Parts: sequence; C-alpha cells; structure tokens
Amino acid sequence: MLFGFEWDTSSELAFAWSILPILLIGLWVTVQATVLGFVVALVLGLILAVLKGAPSRLISWPANVLCEFIRDTPLLIQLFFLYYVLPEYGLVLPAFMTGALALGLQYSAYTSEVYRAGLQAIGRDQREAARALNFPSAHTFTHVLLPQAIPRIIPAMGNYLVSIMKDVPVLSVVTVLEMLNVAKIIGDRTFDYMVPLSMVGGLYLIMTLVASAGVRLLDTRLPKQGLPLK
Amino acid sequence: MAWTEYLTPLLQGAWVTVQLTVYSTIFGAILSFAFGIGKLSPNWLIKAVSVGYIEIFRGTSLLVQLFWLYFALPVAGQAVGLDLRLPPVVAGVLALSLNIGAYGAEVVRGAIQAVQKSQYEAARALNFTPRQALFGVALPQAIPEMMPPFGNLAVQNLKDTALVSLISLGDLAFRAEQLRNFTQDSTTIFTLVLFMYFGMALVLTAIMKLLERFVGRWRHASN
Repeated sequence: MLFGFEWDTSSELAFAWSILPILLIGLWVTVQATVLGFVVALVLGLILAVLKGAPSRLISWPANVLCEFIRDTPLLIQLFFLYYVLPEYGLVLPAFMTGALALGLQYSAYTSEVYRAGLQAIGRDQREAARALNFPSAHTFTHVLLPQAIPRIIPAMGNYLVSIMKDVPVLSVVTVLEMLNVAKIIGDRTFDYMVPLSMVGGLYLIMTLVASAGVRLLDTRLPKQGLPLK
Repeated sequence: MAWTEYLTPLLQGAWVTVQLTVYSTIFGAILSFAFGIGKLSPNWLIKAVSVGYIEIFRGTSLLVQLFWLYFALPVAGQAVGLDLRLPPVVAGVLALSLNIGAYGAEVVRGAIQAVQKSQYEAARALNFTPRQALFGVALPQAIPEMMPPFGNLAVQNLKDTALVSLISLGDLAFRAEQLRNFTQDSTTIFTLVLFMYFGMALVLTAIMKLLERFVGRWRHASN
C-alpha cells in the first residue's frame, strides 16, 4: 500500500491498473518540480545573462566562469552540495525545494545562453534605428528588442522545460517522492520492478512527446517578426 | 581528516568515472552513426527501428533507463527463463551509451541532411553507388559539422556518469557520498568533487576540440 492505494498482484494487468493512481500522484510531483525548477532557471538565467553581458570585464568574466562551472558539473553533485551544505550555513529547505533549486541552478547556465543568443540575433540596425529616433535605452529594450527576442527565445526555452522534466528523477536521491521514486518503492515492496518501471518509461514518453509537440506548435504559431505591440 | 586525505579515494572514483565516460562515449558514437544513418534509410524497417530507438531513449529519462536495465530487465528475463541480471558496470555503460547515442543519432542525421543537394547530384552524375555517395561524399563533409554538438554531448555524458553511483558503481559521485557518510564533512568533499568534475570536463572539451581540428581537414577534397 502506498498513499492509501492497495495493489493487486493477481495478474500483471491488474497490477498495472492498481498502481496507476499511485504513479499519477508521483507524476504530479514531477510536474510541480519541473515547473518550479523551470521558473528558477528562467530567473537565474536572466540574471546570469545580464551579468555576462555587463560592460565591465570585472563582472562579465566571473559570470562567464561561473556559468561554465555550473554547466560542466553534474546535477547530482550540485544537488548533494545544496542538500548537505546549505543546512550547515543555517538554510534548511525541504528536499523538494532544494531539488527545484538545483534543477533551476543547473539549467540557468543553459537559459542564460538562450537569452543572450535571442538578443544577439536581433540586427544592430534595430538598435541604431531606435537610437536615431531618440528612444531612451530602457524604452528600446522593452519596446524594440524584447518583442523581437521573445518569439526566438520561447521555443528554445520549451526544449529546456522538457529536459528539466527528464532530470527530475535525480531528485529521488534526496527523498523527493517523484514518479520514478514511487515506482522504485513499489518495486522494492512487490519485487516486481518490471511493471512499475516500464509504466514510468511509458508515461515519460507520453509527457515528452506531448510537450515536444506543444513546443513545435508554439514555434509555428509565434510571429517570426516579433510580437505586435498595442 | 585533512582534505588531502580525501584525494586518494576520490581519485580512485574519478578513474572509474573516466573509464565510464570513455567507453560510453565510444559506444554512444557507434550507436549515433548506426541509427542516425538508419533514420535516413530507404528501407522502412530500418527507418522504423531507428526512429523508435531515438524517440524512446530521447523521450524518457536516463535514470529511468538505468533503473529499467538494472532492476526491471532481470524480472523480465526471469519471466522468459533467461538470466538477464547485469553487473552494475554493464548496466551503467549500456544505459549511458544508449541514451547519448539517441541524442547523437539526431546530430548525425541533421549533419548528413545538411550536406548540399548538389553534392549528391554530382555523386550520382559520376555514377557513385548510394553507399559510395554516403561514405565518400556526404560523411566526410558532414562529420566536421557534427563535432561541436558531439563535444557538448561528450561533456553531457561525463556529467551523466554521476547517475551510475545510484546503482552502487564506485565512481566519483559514489565515493563522495561514501566519504560524506563517513566524515560528515560535506562542504569540503563536494567542493572538491565539483572541481574534479569541472577539471575533467575542461580536459574532455580540449580533447574534443583537437578531434574537431583533426576531422576539419576532411571538409576539403583530398586524395
């Protein structure tokens, strides 16, 4: 029994059907961790992108090194680091929060590149035109650069959302009860790993195929010339 | 314990990580070419198998694949009367290679498709067989284009090896967790380990850059 649901081991099919609700509870945790991790990645990535693009080398160089460091070290170790080291400095977070933070941190290195590439892809003439028209720089950013950068950024960000979803099972090592961890527990108790783990694989496949189709749809629907402003 | 005493066990773990990375990157590269080319095959069966492989291994999580091979496969084997219990090192290398191979296959397919159509037309005009056109004309031009994404995948693979510690393989991540259990000195151990992974990634990147320069010569016609 797990989360109040009994399993029925009379046949493989009955077993699969009886553990589906349990796995779906785990799936909901996976979705929550994905969304929270993605939000953290979007915010931290933006901060990193701004720091990397800073005019002063004194700021941009350490930011670049930090970004490379985050990108080149495994999520698992970053997760262990946050999970064991933060409490030593008095910051005790629930395992789920630590996990989402680790996911966000790892992917901030990737999202910062997306922001940078999205802004760089806009021709210099757009900036020059804005300047010639005497736009203040904040106005240029919000009304000229951002509306053109967003349609380029969103599909790439969508792909990272899917990647984050696939990395959520790593959080099981710090006791987060996401889908894979739930399946593992069912396997530990029934000695049948085959059914729960295959079901997790199938559910993942459905989720990523749906999410990838969503990203592709978004890509075709977004106006390539930039979002119209009212 | 002084931090220097951590180095011996950690370096032993790092050596396992290096071996896992090398083996799974090489196997992964072989799978990449096999299924990347397979996806472009005119034979529908080969094409379907390649697409299925790529979608399944890109669409599910590496940790799910690893656990499936390590925990579920023996159960499946038992059902049909086969002993499919894999030692951790085999399950680990297999999961890592199959996973990275699926990503690599898409890179191979993309690079082959990016070769200009005129190249194929010229090969055909010169009466090359499809095989000659692929191996003699398309691949020598496509491989240099594959190298930058392959470099990223190799580093990705190095990072992914940390997950095999979860099926009790004594790699760097496993040793780190063992030491932490023993000494409770988390800050020092995990800082050291992060820098060790970073160092290995820098070396791997440099090697891939060298390889990139080496195959870059194929881009131009040679005899």
